[in-house]
Amino acid sequence: MLSVVRGAVTRLTERFGFSEPECRAVVRAVDEALTNIIRHAYHGQTGRPIEASFRSIRVRRDGGQETALEIVLQDQGVRVDRAKLQGRPLEDVRPGGLGLHFIRQSMDRVEFRYHKGKNQLRLVKFLHAPEPRRSC
Amino acid sequence: MIQISARHLDQITIFDVSGDIDLATSPELRKALLRELRELRMPRVVVNLQAVQYVDSSGVASLVEGLKASRDVGSRFVLCGLNTKVKEVLRLSRLGTIFEICESEEQAIAP
Repeated sequence: MLSVVRGAVTRLTERFGFSEPECRAVVRAVDEALTNIIRHAYHGQTGRPIEASFRSIRVRRDGGQETALEIVLQDQGVRVDRAKLQGRPLEDVRPGGLGLHFIRQSMDRVEFRYHKGKNQLRLVKFLHAPEPRRSC
Repeated sequence: MIQISARHLDQITIFDVSGDIDLATSPELRKALLRELRELRMPRVVVNLQAVQYVDSSGVASLVEGLKASRDVGSRFVLCGLNTKVKEVLRLSRLGTIFEICESEEQAIAP
């Protein structure tokens, strides 16, 4: 199932206009987020509902407006403990705990909230990352 | 979908892995690696990742488990044939430096 979602997100991000590495980043973030939901919110149970929405948004940023892809994933599983959303130090070499790090590395904004009995994860990726500011 | 096949060359096990390594398939890879290292105590295990299309964090975790098992039993654990996608994920995880990585399988099995 995850591979089907990855395929769909790949096509969507390509049509949205992201570069190849950016497409891979968004696919990775969605895949890792879904994996976390299945593992932690649903305790490994498959076949439970996960709602996903994708839309183009305009975001005010640095005095201008930028186009971005907004992805919202919602589940009805166990309420996520926000304290556990910090990830772990990467210097600690051990299996596990990388998913959240991958999501944060891949997206421009990652926000979590619990709303009306649902865990809600909002991911945002700007279509074109702003160029680094140059000093004279 | 993942395909894992093992070849044996003297005291070396070479795994050819293809497809996607994700939540659904990483347990299969983990099991294969740990069997070769913990049960069969192969002195060297090489994982050829050339045909891997996707690796997620659980796939990286399986490789880390293989590495840890190899250290426990005193074996060598070598990754080879890393394509752009696999390199990208290892770079993101900042775990690229802990693995022994060879460009080609010939280098990975060299004495």
